[in-house]
Amino acid sequence: MARNVSTGRKLITTVVAWTIGILIFFPILWTFLTSFKTEAQAIASPPVFLFFDWTTENYAEVQSRSDYLKHFMNSVIVSFGSTLLGLLIAIPSAWAMAFSPTKRTKDVLMWMLSTKMMPPVGVLVPMYLIFRNWGLLDTRTGLVIVLTLINLPIIIWMLYTYFKEIPGEILEAARMDGASLSKEIIYVLTPMAIPGIASTLLLNIILAWNEAFWTLNLSAAKAAPLTAFIASYSSPEGLFYAKLSAASTMAIAPILILGWFSQKQLVRGLTFGAVK
Amino acid sequence: MGSITLKNVSKVFGAHAVIPSIDLDITDGEFVVFVGPSGCGKSTLLRLIAGLEDVSDGEIVIDGRNATELPPAKRGLSMVFQSYALYPHMSVRSNIAFPLKMAGEDKATIDKKVQDAARVLNLTDYLDRKPRQLSGGQRQRVAIGRAIVRQPGAFLFDEPLSNLDAALRVNMRLEISQLHQQLKTTMVYVTHDQVEAMTMADKIVVLNRGRIEQVGSPLDLYRRPDNLFVAGFIGSPRMNFISGAPAADHGAHTIGIRPEHIALSTDQGIWRGTVGVAEHLGSDTFLHVNADGIGTLTARVGGDFAVTHGDQVFLTPDPQHLHRFDEKGMAIR
Amino acid sequence: MRVPFSEPRRLHTGDAMATLHTRSAARLMIAPSVLLLLAWMIVPLAMTLYFSLLRYNLLMPGMEEFAGLTNYTYFLTDPAFFQAIFNTLAIVLGVLFITVVGGTALALLLDQPMFGQGIVRILVIAPFLIMPTVAALVWKNMFMNPVNGLFAWLAKLLGLQPFDFLANAPLLSIILIVAWQWLPFATLILLTALQSLDEEQKEAAQMDGAGAVSRFIYLVLPHLSRAITVVILIQTIFLLSVFAEILVTTNGGPGTQSTNLTFLVYAQALLQFDVGGASAGGIIAVILANIVAFFLMRMIGKTLEA
Repeated sequence: MARNVSTGRKLITTVVAWTIGILIFFPILWTFLTSFKTEAQAIASPPVFLFFDWTTENYAEVQSRSDYLKHFMNSVIVSFGSTLLGLLIAIPSAWAMAFSPTKRTKDVLMWMLSTKMMPPVGVLVPMYLIFRNWGLLDTRTGLVIVLTLINLPIIIWMLYTYFKEIPGEILEAARMDGASLSKEIIYVLTPMAIPGIASTLLLNIILAWNEAFWTLNLSAAKAAPLTAFIASYSSPEGLFYAKLSAASTMAIAPILILGWFSQKQLVRGLTFGAVK
Repeated sequence: MGSITLKNVSKVFGAHAVIPSIDLDITDGEFVVFVGPSGCGKSTLLRLIAGLEDVSDGEIVIDGRNATELPPAKRGLSMVFQSYALYPHMSVRSNIAFPLKMAGEDKATIDKKVQDAARVLNLTDYLDRKPRQLSGGQRQRVAIGRAIVRQPGAFLFDEPLSNLDAALRVNMRLEISQLHQQLKTTMVYVTHDQVEAMTMADKIVVLNRGRIEQVGSPLDLYRRPDNLFVAGFIGSPRMNFISGAPAADHGAHTIGIRPEHIALSTDQGIWRGTVGVAEHLGSDTFLHVNADGIGTLTARVGGDFAVTHGDQVFLTPDPQHLHRFDEKGMAIR
Repeated sequence: MRVPFSEPRRLHTGDAMATLHTRSAARLMIAPSVLLLLAWMIVPLAMTLYFSLLRYNLLMPGMEEFAGLTNYTYFLTDPAFFQAIFNTLAIVLGVLFITVVGGTALALLLDQPMFGQGIVRILVIAPFLIMPTVAALVWKNMFMNPVNGLFAWLAKLLGLQPFDFLANAPLLSIILIVAWQWLPFATLILLTALQSLDEEQKEAAQMDGAGAVSRFIYLVLPHLSRAITVVILIQTIFLLSVFAEILVTTNGGPGTQSTNLTFLVYAQALLQFDVGGASAGGIIAVILANIVAFFLMRMIGKTLEA
């Protein structure tokens, strides 16, 4: 791997890559900076970059105006709830498909993934009506149910690819050692699959956190997660850049930080085990 | 304690009969080796005994009790896997303790048994390490440790040495033999390596295409192979087979003569040939000779035998060790 | 449908633990997932199909009546429908083009030795972690706004007339926003694939006298084909249903210039409360997705076999 590259070339690469990286990241950086400006500074022309009077009043105002914390909690409950519930359902299924495959296992997996191909609008109307009739509209329970269902195929597939990398002999050894199936899964399979389970968990929390079709259509005020909370800033009365930026920063910061800290698992999860 | 009887056992995958039908008796305390080329069904047979696969037909009796329907854990057997199958997330101690924990033994008993096993296997210093921090031989010993703490009726070994390098393999072979002498527990051992079979077994079961070709002690099989397959499989270098006129002279379709049962001379003998390759090992010399009207023969001479490529030699088979086979490949006695 | 995921090699043939006990346990454990997804597939879809044959408006409850294929003829003869189909495909193809080409270039760049590679990767990953509503609002207001946006300021700086992106080029603007969100995904997958390219192969090609361009065409690109396939497939699934970005930026407008099929059905259902019409649109969207999936599979099936 020791390629000899001249320092000059490395420097040029570095400058180009950093420039592009910062350009791609710039909208987020700009949002972050603007969130600390006054509304006047936020739309100042020419724009001010760093030399302005930093203020945190936008954050306070966003919280008092639209109760950020409530929506934040909704997002946490909905994304973690749906992912954990999905894992609970998916782990046994993935075990079955990875370690006790039948002739139809492949087809079942493909079929499960194909449910992801179904455009959500195809079932928007009935889901809306079902939710309305069952009193699930604008409830966190309702959102957890829908997000579990839409992410379940991805969770199963990811776990399946991770489980397949675990040699079956180890599970057989547990079986010889007297472990029942549930103990085999709890004491042997799950701990061995922790890295895989972690990236599955992570990617699906991110997907659920950012899901913006069902959350926008099936929630209103009470259960609205951050996606819907932010959408309320699209109305003209929300046209205050500093406050929009503060709200946006608060909506994306948790998942951005989570994603950065677990970059490795994330990259692994992103490829769904498809690219080695 | 550890007798195992297979009655009419068969295993079918789809339309393919991996094991058409096998009967076999393994008596308590015996060291039995299943040997055969890859794909002969020896591992499948072991997995059937372990209960990791269902038999398609027939009965498995362990300790006089019908175990055909029992799950693996209830059969009183321990298994050492080819990959060792250690639990990578557990320490050596937890690995060895796992079967005891599953059996619900109390902590003090578990500790004592783990200590005992670790002492027997020289693992005491490594108890708190993870499997990935161990060498191949140490992992092997942990796998054995995990198997012995349960004090099973019998041990099952599935090609346990195939992942070790040659030198270590010889060592572990010895250790497993010693362990058998200490514990006097039944051991069923699967390998494709006839040297392992010859050196370790009380009884060898030679398998080919899911059938038992012959059962017997190592020397039995060496001296009196029932058929061409066993004759060719047991012994190294391989037995020479000659058919045609020289075989007809002995009233057989094929005759077989082991390399070590051919006398070599540079001036006289029954068959004449030229040396193709001469392998000088010091203790032995292996000669690959192109014999006139017969084909290539391998011969073995103790010590050094000073010939080289292209030299002319004479070969004389020892009539006492000549094996005769009929056209179906069965031994004529 | 077929999906391009790798099949990890079995470690040995005995992996399938086949006893009656484990097999029946396996069936039991797989049942909840299968039943849930089956219900999720069939129940709402059947309802959509049923509604699509009704004259049914939420504003006029109790007035439902069988309408045959009226909803479909209505939907299929609506000029907005063709606009929506066009827009849907334009978004998918436009974003795919930008992300695959840009992602490949970016991956090649990030694969070179440099200082601070980890930080650059963090910067590049970030847009993928941003929720669509935030991304769209930030771009809409702080960059594309013709009065206060940064682009307007840049234009003025260069002595140009500020351009009202969302009013004059709504579809292109949306494509740009969505492409920004998906560029990290394509880049990361392609980078991962690049890093698995055998260094010795590259060196061998160099020894054989292949220049940088021919190395890329004959060595790197074939190696990336599988990863590109994965990118196209996964992104297409999500891009067919772009919704939030449209909702918070243009609301489908001006007129229907930036309305895709998803948004059209949404508007029909939750803005006009026309359950029958929206359902017909939903069924058409499902059919369209299947057609796209079919052609996608045909086109890339070969790559996946390898």
